[in-house]
Amino acid sequence: MSEIGVRLSGIGGQGVVLASIILGRAASVYDNLYAVQTQTYGSDMRGGDVCTEIIVSEKEIVYPIVNTPDILIAIAQKAFDQHITDLKEGGILITDKDLVNVGNLTKNVNHYSEEFNKKAIDDFNEKRVSNMIMLGFVVEKTKLITYEALEKAIADLLSPRIFDLNKKAIDFGMKLASTN
Amino acid sequence: MINNSKTNKTDFLQGNIACAEGAIMAGCKFFAGYPITPASEIAHHLSKRMFEVDGTFIQTEDEIAAIANIVGASWGGVKSMTATSGPGISLMQENIGLAVATETPCVIVNVQRGAPSTGSPSVHLQGDILQSKFGSQGDYQIIALAPASPQEMFDFTIKAFNLAEQFRTPVFVLSDSLVGHMRERVNFPLQEELILSERKKLEHYQGIHQKIFLDEEVAPMPVFGKGLKANITGSTHKEDGFRNVSDPKIMDNAIKKLTNKILKHKEEIIEINEHEIDDAEVAILSYGLTSRAVLETVKIARKNGIKVGSFRPITVWPFPEEEVEKLSRRVKTIIVCENNLGQLFPFVKSAACEHCKVISLPPKVLGTLYYPEEILEKIKEVI
Repeated sequence: MSEIGVRLSGIGGQGVVLASIILGRAASVYDNLYAVQTQTYGSDMRGGDVCTEIIVSEKEIVYPIVNTPDILIAIAQKAFDQHITDLKEGGILITDKDLVNVGNLTKNVNHYSEEFNKKAIDDFNEKRVSNMIMLGFVVEKTKLITYEALEKAIADLLSPRIFDLNKKAIDFGMKLASTN
Repeated sequence: MINNSKTNKTDFLQGNIACAEGAIMAGCKFFAGYPITPASEIAHHLSKRMFEVDGTFIQTEDEIAAIANIVGASWGGVKSMTATSGPGISLMQENIGLAVATETPCVIVNVQRGAPSTGSPSVHLQGDILQSKFGSQGDYQIIALAPASPQEMFDFTIKAFNLAEQFRTPVFVLSDSLVGHMRERVNFPLQEELILSERKKLEHYQGIHQKIFLDEEVAPMPVFGKGLKANITGSTHKEDGFRNVSDPKIMDNAIKKLTNKILKHKEEIIEINEHEIDDAEVAILSYGLTSRAVLETVKIARKNGIKVGSFRPITVWPFPEEEVEKLSRRVKTIIVCENNLGQLFPFVKSAACEHCKVISLPPKVLGTLYYPEEILEKIKEVI
């Protein structure tokens, strides 16, 4: 695997940073890959712009920033509008179908979308697992990391009390991706 | 004594957490600090970890108290640390001078952010390079290390403690908000494989005029509460610590011995990372996070057959004057890349002494990491 740059963007409270930390941990601790995760955010706790980047590679990563992502995940309209120009030609775009209107997508990209937020509310009665549904979807579509590594990383980072719920959400996201 | 440090383990950690774990591994037993973006995670993590290693954590009322606390704790015989950002360092300056003058080993972590004043808390700039060296009044030397990754936040914090103990001086870890918040793999060494320095301690009372200061080879340090009477003051003093503020010779001796204690050991202190320098026509000098953009640039340039190398001081202070002078005799041009408007540039230019051309190249947008292309463009211009 050569270097793959991923940018996850949304608004504060949607859990994109946690999703990227899980990805990075799974890759670097359990899949024996190199990973670097960075983040930028405004001063707001909720509602501010959040953008986090992660690079996954078989070789050591020198330059830690993703200027032109191979994969862009946007789960808020503002995030999509802001970052779509940076996405590489031929790259992968993943959006929340319900929250992002991609309009006339002129760029040559592979676009997948799913209702992460709506499905979290409808199927789990818990809006907060939308990031896990998204993460499962992303992993299934991109094969960035293995399922085993993902499972171990979640176990490390989440308390046992909420582990099962989040794992179910991830499995649900993966299933959506395989049938989407 | 309990030591819960993780050993021989790989983790995916934020730079700030790696710094805190490095401190624990180095044997830090006292942390005092006041939360500030982008350094808060260090205090937050240590507020739990310190108690697991029989240490002390204090959230002080402000940064002035934090630095005073760690100076006092160090005289109490333990390794101590504080962590803050530029605004906090501004408040600490008076007691940083006190730590220098009283030859107090301690570690000060500065996770730099946008400045001046409150600036921009979560933007990464290398704006406090000169502040670390010249922030407190008078002639003095300081040691500062600039990490570029979470692994280096871990390693350099340990190194900072070692240098502080060896030379009885405050040591800066000069990070920035991107390195502090970046997550990457961190490998923990086995505790028994670590080489840790401990200060020379004064074990027996040798009378009130015992020599406990101003030795270029570092004087032994008494510990508070052990019955070893000692005078400790920020005012000009003699080797025994007795205050004298009227005799210029005593003042002269105090200033020179303090600075020579660092300068005479520059070779032991200074560390440089060179990459592809041997046949380079252009050298790019950078430090901290910026060096990662430079290494990427060198990689691209070399693929295109351009003879470029990277020269990265790990030790920003004391400034590696001789090393830069040697470099200036080997290359045609030195480009200085730093995420500020050129703080180390005058020092590089002066050390290069017209042996080669020296150019300052701040990033196009301050507070962002250089695009390799913008450095490459400059290289092509000068080559």
